[in-house]
Amino acid sequence: MKRKDALSQNIFSVTQGLESAITTEQYGRYNGLLQRLDPRVKLATFVVLTAAVSFTGNLAALAVMLVLVPLPGVLSGIKPGSLLKRIVLFVPVFTAVIAIPALFITQGDPLLSAGGHAVVTVQGARTAAFLVLRVTDSLSLGALLVLTTPWTKLLATFRWFRIPSLFVSILSMTYRYIFVLLHTVNNMFLARKSRTPGTLTAKENRKWLGHTLAATMVKSLHISEQVYSAMLSRGYRDDRLTAARFKLHYKDLLWLFFASAALALSVWTG
Amino acid sequence: MHIPDGYISPATAGIMYGAAAPFWFIAAKKVRNNLSGRTIPVIALFASFSFVLMMFNIPMPGGTTGHAVGGTLLAIVAGPWAAVIGISVVLAIQALFFGDGGVMAFGANSFNMAVILPLVGYNVYRAISGRSSATSARRLFAAAAGSWIAIVTAALLTGIELGIQPLLFHSADGTPLYCPYGPGIAIPSMAVGHMFIAGPAEAIVTSLVLAYLFKTGFVPAADQTQSGGAGRLHLLWAGLGLVALLTPIGLLASGTAWGEWEVTELKELGLGFVPDGINRLTGWWPAPLPDYGFPRMGAVVGYILSAIAGVGGVAVLLWGIGRTILLKGHRREA
Repeated sequence: MKRKDALSQNIFSVTQGLESAITTEQYGRYNGLLQRLDPRVKLATFVVLTAAVSFTGNLAALAVMLVLVPLPGVLSGIKPGSLLKRIVLFVPVFTAVIAIPALFITQGDPLLSAGGHAVVTVQGARTAAFLVLRVTDSLSLGALLVLTTPWTKLLATFRWFRIPSLFVSILSMTYRYIFVLLHTVNNMFLARKSRTPGTLTAKENRKWLGHTLAATMVKSLHISEQVYSAMLSRGYRDDRLTAARFKLHYKDLLWLFFASAALALSVWTG
Repeated sequence: MHIPDGYISPATAGIMYGAAAPFWFIAAKKVRNNLSGRTIPVIALFASFSFVLMMFNIPMPGGTTGHAVGGTLLAIVAGPWAAVIGISVVLAIQALFFGDGGVMAFGANSFNMAVILPLVGYNVYRAISGRSSATSARRLFAAAAGSWIAIVTAALLTGIELGIQPLLFHSADGTPLYCPYGPGIAIPSMAVGHMFIAGPAEAIVTSLVLAYLFKTGFVPAADQTQSGGAGRLHLLWAGLGLVALLTPIGLLASGTAWGEWEVTELKELGLGFVPDGINRLTGWWPAPLPDYGFPRMGAVVGYILSAIAGVGGVAVLLWGIGRTILLKGHRREA
């Protein structure tokens, strides 16, 4: 793909966004280990374990979590490849690149020296490891929660945890209409691409992209009016009702026990 | 600008949740009070739009591409408090589904991008556009300036939040536990990238979209309530004055600004060899106010006066550039 071809680049990134979201929904419907757990328990353990990753000052604990966290995901029917792609791609790689200078510039005891000068310090290596491991562990936990919990159940769980209905309503509607708008924009790009022989200059591209964005904004305003009429016609009240009924099983309690044990271990090891 | 989990300590994350919470509360209250149930789909659709907008790669002058956040645009079109909720929701979806920004760091990301960014952008837009006629070039300039200032402010805040981590949170042997780079590195690296790539991208997108909306006769929320628009310029000046008064805080910091070392300091930093070129250039420019101080005056007063002189100089320069752009615009319209 040519670097300057903004149209193709945008079609590519929009389509990629769509695909990534669609794979997310698929895994939520499997009948795996994590999918069978109560979403409230999953959300609570996710928050607790993410906090544990953030609090611990023990590199070994973070390294153990790096190996252990993806396991239940694989047991829940998520392909290791797609889990790995979701976790490792971009953010940890980006973080690793960011962490490299810290190896050399952090003051401390020498780990590698050349010509009598410390090149890499112990403290530098440790801080880089902390950063990369924390980022990767947190991402793995987030990926597990989202991949194994259907969106509607997650929203119902937010309400159960007393997150105001205004935010939950907007969150659910935003997520829904992201796909509608992405489809619209994708079609606009394809239509434009099919009518554009040769390549546009950066200035022409900017102008056209600006117009596409503005047209999409106007469209989104129109859609919001239609949605409001639809809400009124269905007797909308400012209270989000959900059909989801939650019930705790022994599996959930077992999972809670494991999560609490992990938290206790991380606190105990410092 | 999205801070992932692991870059900031739980304490910072907690404080930032606390900082964002009152704004979420006020936004929810304002949105509920001002309008009917109509607001919910409007904010939701604009939030979806903002999500889509963040996926656009904007070709920048110079061959690179940048992406916009759309916070200022949303604040101008839908109102600042709607933007606070809308962008927060987008950040939540990005953190949950795309791993873009952390869940622990959600408070910090929201404070930077969903609170400060739209509120700064909106107020700068209102202040600069004043009582100018709707659809005027001045409004587009105001939107571009607001977007740029807002995104750079948000980036500076992010830089500060990251930069304080190694100073406050490290182990007994000095290992930084979270972001390893201090303010000397974190702040300039966040600010420079946003001044030259993300800032212009945001400014371009906001002004292009607004120009289109003006042509279609759309009146943004920011222009629906005209009262107080021009009067807000004093707020901008008050803000600048406050920043100028705060400049002596720099005296508390030890060391030299990153990248502004003198030759002797370069040697102290462990650089065994100073290139001849640097040696020769030292002292060729006799600064009128060396090290931001006035002779025979206290350091604090010197700092404040230097800040006022700097702000004044930049303001005159920008006023000149703005006037030239406006005159050109009027000539084209004529």
